[in-house]
Amino acid sequence: MIDLRSNDNNKNFAVEQFRGRLRWVHVLLGLLGLGLIVRAADLQLFDDGSLLKEGKARFSRVAKLAAHRGAIYDRNGEPLAISTPVDSVWINPDQLNQAADQIPKLAEALNREPKWLEQKVSSNLDRNFVYLIRHMNPKDAAQVKALNIPGVYLQREYRRFYPAGEVTGHVLGFTNLDDAGREGLEMAYDRWLSGTPGAKLVIQDRLGHSVEDVESISAARPGQDITTSIDVRIQYLAYRELKKAVQDHRAVSGSAIVIDVETGEVLAMVNQPSYNPNDPEQREASDYRNRAATDLMEPGSIMKPFVAAAGVATGRYHADTIIDTSPGQITVGVKTFSDEHLIGAAPLTTVMAKSSNVGMTKLALSLTAEQMWGTLDAFGFGRKTSSGFPGESAGMLINYKQWRPISQATMSFGYGLQVTPLQLAQAYAILGAGGIARPLSFKRVDGPVEGTRVIDQGVAHEMIKIMQGVVSAEGTGKLAAIMGYQVSGKTGTARLASMGGYSTDRYVASFGGLVPASHPRLATVIVINEPRDGTYYAATVAAPVFASIMSGALRLLAVPPDGLDAVPTSTVVQTGVTP
Amino acid sequence: MELDTSHAQRTLTWTARLLSALQLDGPLLTGIGLLAVVSLVILYSASSASWPVVGSQASKFALALVVMIIVAQLPSRLLMLAAPWLYGLGLVLLLAVMVKGEVSLGAQRWLNLGFVRFQPSEIMKIAVPLFCAWYVHDRPLPPSLFNIGVLALAILVPVGIIAKQPDLGTALLVGAAGAMALLLSGLQKRYIFGVFAALIPTAWIAWAYLLHDYQRQRVLTFMDPSNDPLGSGYHIIQSQIAIGSGGIFGKGYLNGSQAQLAYLPERSTDFIFAVIGEEWGLIGLVIVLFLYLFVISRCLFLATSAQDTFARTIAGSLGLTFAVYVFVNTGMVTGLLPVVGVPLPLISYGGTSMVTLMAGFGILMAVNAKRRLVGH
Repeated sequence: MIDLRSNDNNKNFAVEQFRGRLRWVHVLLGLLGLGLIVRAADLQLFDDGSLLKEGKARFSRVAKLAAHRGAIYDRNGEPLAISTPVDSVWINPDQLNQAADQIPKLAEALNREPKWLEQKVSSNLDRNFVYLIRHMNPKDAAQVKALNIPGVYLQREYRRFYPAGEVTGHVLGFTNLDDAGREGLEMAYDRWLSGTPGAKLVIQDRLGHSVEDVESISAARPGQDITTSIDVRIQYLAYRELKKAVQDHRAVSGSAIVIDVETGEVLAMVNQPSYNPNDPEQREASDYRNRAATDLMEPGSIMKPFVAAAGVATGRYHADTIIDTSPGQITVGVKTFSDEHLIGAAPLTTVMAKSSNVGMTKLALSLTAEQMWGTLDAFGFGRKTSSGFPGESAGMLINYKQWRPISQATMSFGYGLQVTPLQLAQAYAILGAGGIARPLSFKRVDGPVEGTRVIDQGVAHEMIKIMQGVVSAEGTGKLAAIMGYQVSGKTGTARLASMGGYSTDRYVASFGGLVPASHPRLATVIVINEPRDGTYYAATVAAPVFASIMSGALRLLAVPPDGLDAVPTSTVVQTGVTP
Repeated sequence: MELDTSHAQRTLTWTARLLSALQLDGPLLTGIGLLAVVSLVILYSASSASWPVVGSQASKFALALVVMIIVAQLPSRLLMLAAPWLYGLGLVLLLAVMVKGEVSLGAQRWLNLGFVRFQPSEIMKIAVPLFCAWYVHDRPLPPSLFNIGVLALAILVPVGIIAKQPDLGTALLVGAAGAMALLLSGLQKRYIFGVFAALIPTAWIAWAYLLHDYQRQRVLTFMDPSNDPLGSGYHIIQSQIAIGSGGIFGKGYLNGSQAQLAYLPERSTDFIFAVIGEEWGLIGLVIVLFLYLFVISRCLFLATSAQDTFARTIAGSLGLTFAVYVFVNTGMVTGLLPVVGVPLPLISYGGTSMVTLMAGFGILMAVNAKRRLVGH
């Protein structure tokens, strides 16, 4: 009974109450539905299109197309650097992880340890892109792709190959994995060599798969080729001879540069130690540094011709001008300099041939600082050459206003200033060109190069004549003589500066020379640092290297001989130089 | 002509008779059927044209339909009798999950009975409103403060356990189901306002002590999705982009770039509404929303026409729970509400919640069927 009553109560109350509640609820539901529609309309209609753009930006991407890098050729069209297509394998670690059972198969195809691959995957799970192997042979890469493992992708790239390997390593430099020039001419001419990557519009999904190519925006424009000034035959020759000398004399390092006097082109530039640019693991700065352009040295006696030129330029000195060098030593300020060979009162030719420090000091001190500096400056010392080689040093030539007699004296035999082997070679080339400075070039130059006159022609010719004495039977450079050709040059044996003075057992042996002396075609500088086999004189270390490189180069370039009178008839017949 | 009409009439009556015999409600069944069709069609697109997914969803619909028909046959009296036991069973299973449930995706929600793995929290979606309706049906109305307290406890205990699993979405739905039952049982207005007033400090306490870090992060991200566009803001941003890029008419079926190219996460489950918005545009969204409103209205109509408190309360609360389901999901996908793991009912891919939903519709039809029996 009580139940029934309460039920009745419930009924009366509940039905009314329930209707009322439901009315509310209906209104509420209507409002909610309206709110949702307004929200959707807000997103879909009144948005300024940014969401639509966002959506597009998510799936359409501009993909890069690698451009073929221009080739580098030697002056005769021999390829020195070429790009070949390769494939890089990359993974999306998260995706690959979901197909973890395939990892051993992939590792096998890549010729790697499965452990290595697992490690690579597990430690990069938070990344979407990890290179597994860069620059794979396209054939092997195709096999990897054929496995069709999720999360494994290929990317077309170009790899640089240097056919001449270490021989041209320093000149050319190399590119990094991303095909950008990082050293040498690869870097100097990077803009020219590297093409413009193309672009294509692709639709891709969230995981980065290209679903379809929509359109090509621009085709990849390949880079342009370069024909360098290098003659790879002379380069090989120089490399071989320099390497041999550095090994024979257990030297620390060495450089050799050959310049075409008539054009200013660098025909060869080699260094020891070298490296193989095809093997990225060999790339250590100490090896790939182009010492010929970057390293500074105190030149020593190899500088003497340029100081002497300053003397000749005054008109007071000639080849035969007598300079009294006795008693074989001279004191300037607190320092005393002495000669190795006593030559007494001797003509300038002999002073040069015997490399007399006393004679050169006397000559230098008879000049004003401005006269001497002016000539050294005209030869290009203290400034970068115009070669544009990356990392080239400017050397150091203090302005004459700060000179004291002692600095003028030491500079006369090559101390107290710093030069690069490349600068020395340029100075010899200016001398060889009769005083005309032609900009050094690593690109092949066609046709005659005008150049600028920096030294009087008569002065240059007089110096070339004087320096021929150095390579005569009495001179310090007699081992630089080349059969059939007249040679003009100068040796240099410099002590290395060390703590508080100059070392007594560490030397730099050098030789700079011009051939054929009657009408110079090649200017060459050889520098060998710290020979350690007991002989350290330029006469025995550097001069023979000059002779062996030049005799080959002159033949290769078919330069007519100018010194046949000195050749024994039997030799002439043997070598067949004359008919 | 005449023959045709009578034939059509006969067909109609035949259908009506079948429905009546099976205790089913025609309009409600039609609404559910239309939503099921939408589900299968859009799932084909959201799953990147996968027939297995569509087939699996179709078989789940079939299973759920069978469950619904069976439940619809149960006499209202039996449901009433079963209510406290079902509630008790649900509570025991929830505790069992808490003690030795399976951890999956960082949450302890599953109970493995050897032959089947299921979430006891799903039972509570029906057991809680059923229990509430049973509890109020023979007690004086409006419920006294004591009875309100009992019901509040009966709702909050399972909600608390589920929230701790953690499964905020289900907890919210179970809580909503109970609250709807309470509301429809004639809770006085002052209590309703009281609850709203109490919500503010409760929210503060929940924020400070009860919510997990990831839940707090979701709310923060909801406030400003661009805070963390690649992390927890990713869902919200991608789904708004999907809807926003659809425009009025959409990008066309199978042409939604966000959905087809896999930018939109959870696109066949929780975020399927965004796929509809992207491919069918505003028009598609409005049509789907109207289908939902139709189903909800029909449920409420059935509730209004129910004959006793129990039937009314249970029918109304199940209908409103369904509405909460729809609005929480669509609100989340359009960025009006924080991300809570609630699927779009009847359309999202998935089995468990669908069976529960259809069982709920079955109960609605079962208690409604009583009307005709009484009318005899």
